[in-house]
Amino acid sequence: MAKFTHLKSRVIVLPNRNVDTDQIIPARFLKVTDKNGLGDALFSDWRYNSDGSVKPDFVLNQQQNQGAKILLAGDNFGCGSSREHAPWALTAWGISAVISTSFADIFRNNSLKNALLPIVVTTDIHQSLFELVKQSPDTELSINLASQTLTIPTDTTVTFPIDNFAKKCLLTGVDQLGYILSHESLIEAYEST
Amino acid sequence: MQSNPLTLFEKIWYSHIVTQEPKSPAVIYIDLHLVHEVTSPQAFTGLRERGLKVRRPQLTLATMDHSIPTTPLSIPMADTQAAAQLQQLAENCEEFDIGLYGMESPMRGIVHVIGPELGRTQPGMTIVCGDSHTSTHGAFGALAFGIGTSEVEHVLASQCLLQHKPKTFQVNVSGKLGIGVSAKDIILALIAKIGIGGGTGHVFEYTGEAIRGLTMEERMTICNMSIEGGARAGMVAPDETTFEYLAGREHSPKGIEWDKAVESWKKLPTDGEAIYDQSITLDASSLEPMITFGTNPGMGLQITDPIPNPNQYDDLDKQHNLEDALKYMELQPGQPLLGHPVDVVFIGSCTNGRISDLRLAAKILEGRRIAENIRMLIVPGSQSVKIQAESEGLNKVFTDAGAEWREAGCSMCIAMNGDQVEPGQYAVSTSNRNFEGRQGKGARTFLASPLTAAATAVAGAISDVREII
Repeated sequence: MAKFTHLKSRVIVLPNRNVDTDQIIPARFLKVTDKNGLGDALFSDWRYNSDGSVKPDFVLNQQQNQGAKILLAGDNFGCGSSREHAPWALTAWGISAVISTSFADIFRNNSLKNALLPIVVTTDIHQSLFELVKQSPDTELSINLASQTLTIPTDTTVTFPIDNFAKKCLLTGVDQLGYILSHESLIEAYEST
Repeated sequence: MQSNPLTLFEKIWYSHIVTQEPKSPAVIYIDLHLVHEVTSPQAFTGLRERGLKVRRPQLTLATMDHSIPTTPLSIPMADTQAAAQLQQLAENCEEFDIGLYGMESPMRGIVHVIGPELGRTQPGMTIVCGDSHTSTHGAFGALAFGIGTSEVEHVLASQCLLQHKPKTFQVNVSGKLGIGVSAKDIILALIAKIGIGGGTGHVFEYTGEAIRGLTMEERMTICNMSIEGGARAGMVAPDETTFEYLAGREHSPKGIEWDKAVESWKKLPTDGEAIYDQSITLDASSLEPMITFGTNPGMGLQITDPIPNPNQYDDLDKQHNLEDALKYMELQPGQPLLGHPVDVVFIGSCTNGRISDLRLAAKILEGRRIAENIRMLIVPGSQSVKIQAESEGLNKVFTDAGAEWREAGCSMCIAMNGDQVEPGQYAVSTSNRNFEGRQGKGARTFLASPLTAAATAVAGAISDVREII
């Protein structure tokens, strides 16, 4: 599995609450049999007009956001459909971490399997990050997974929660299926009861 | 030894742990894995790359539902990409020895409709599928939840899944439903109350007099939309209604095995002293028909209520959220939804595409015509539902009323197969999601019950079914 250790990047701001996975990648793009190449479909209906032309105001289309790897999102990001195409599209576009106050359960699980780090912060920190990026759009945030810290250039550091197992998997690239299969004898024992 | 009192969820959870290492999620065993064309191809590719087999093909069931056309099979598929994906599923099932209810099968249908129909869904099981509406199967007292494609690969290869234990959330529904108010209205009312993230990290257990009084199909409608309240799973403890539904189904236990199964299923309900992490109570007798007005399932109201005003919220984010939704929907705060013109009415989906839903719609449509401005699509949840409906003459009621009667599939709920609402059009839909563009790019969706949908089709505008029954 792909690893995640640390990251320093500018921040793309998408304050909408309850961004569902149908927005992240609409269902018409799910007729693929491959997981690669979904970056163009990311937020398609918010990014493009119906004639296919680009909506210049949408954050992913703004010049200064090209190459940014952190998405600062509204509450309850990734709700709705279980489609893993959502993290596939986000990572294909270049996003490596999403910061919010909360994530939908399935999206969170799917993200962790694709080296996309969901960072949960308190409402206060969340609010102050929006303020900070509004005032200084060039702000770069640093994320360090080993120390579970998010550092703002003013040297403010906040810690974020992540379960130990997910952290270990991301840091060392543990293959989760390999981990499950290492318990094969216990699975067999369970099946024989 | 006196054991701790446990909830229904906890009983299933603890009995399915294969192993759990310190500081790690549990490895839990999966009793039934449902597979469809959209979320499985990359998982099968993963197996091939690792040279792995499907561990227990007999515990795996595949069908075609999301991108399958609902027009007759004799018409060739126009969408070559969807056709290739369906073909890929057929090839994967052949290669990995998985039973597939394919295009030609009379048992094909939406995965969450056929699992129960075939008797594959049973109390006490763990059930997963690469589909968030897997929560449907919780109606039987199973622990059932949606997973991503990486997890589909895990289950195919190992029959196990790594999971952290969720919390429990009791949804107690007291009282009795009034006339014209249905299971769909209970779940829309719950989500309107707690919001679409209200159940995150939790498993709902629906309890109370109103739930006990529901049929299995009604319980499935409620559990189906648990995910729209943020909960991955929703459950109802099994009872005589459950056993009666399952008795005699193709894959239900038979003879002495049936008796043994029922005996063990009777031990599943939550113990009297067990504690939930969270609880909420709804009074069914005070509910009215519900309808959504916004762009997520939590934006719902009683059908006679006006559209809310963003100014009523102190929270600025909430205001903006509502403003955005009303802008997308082109609706004015303070206005009634009743009487709002509609272009499309859709009856179907894993939420409301079962025979009892079609019977309710037929009751309203019998002897009536749908309004001139309405396109009405009625899509059975499975081919078995279709056959049953036709044997009861429901299809005749629908077509006589001016509706289109289709083959089974997810259809206009997810709009992957060409059945879609056109940009800017309004739809009243019995499905589960009113997200922007869910039913087609630019489509605007009002979620409601089959009764409300049928009444709306007749009136040509959003209607209170209680006025015509």
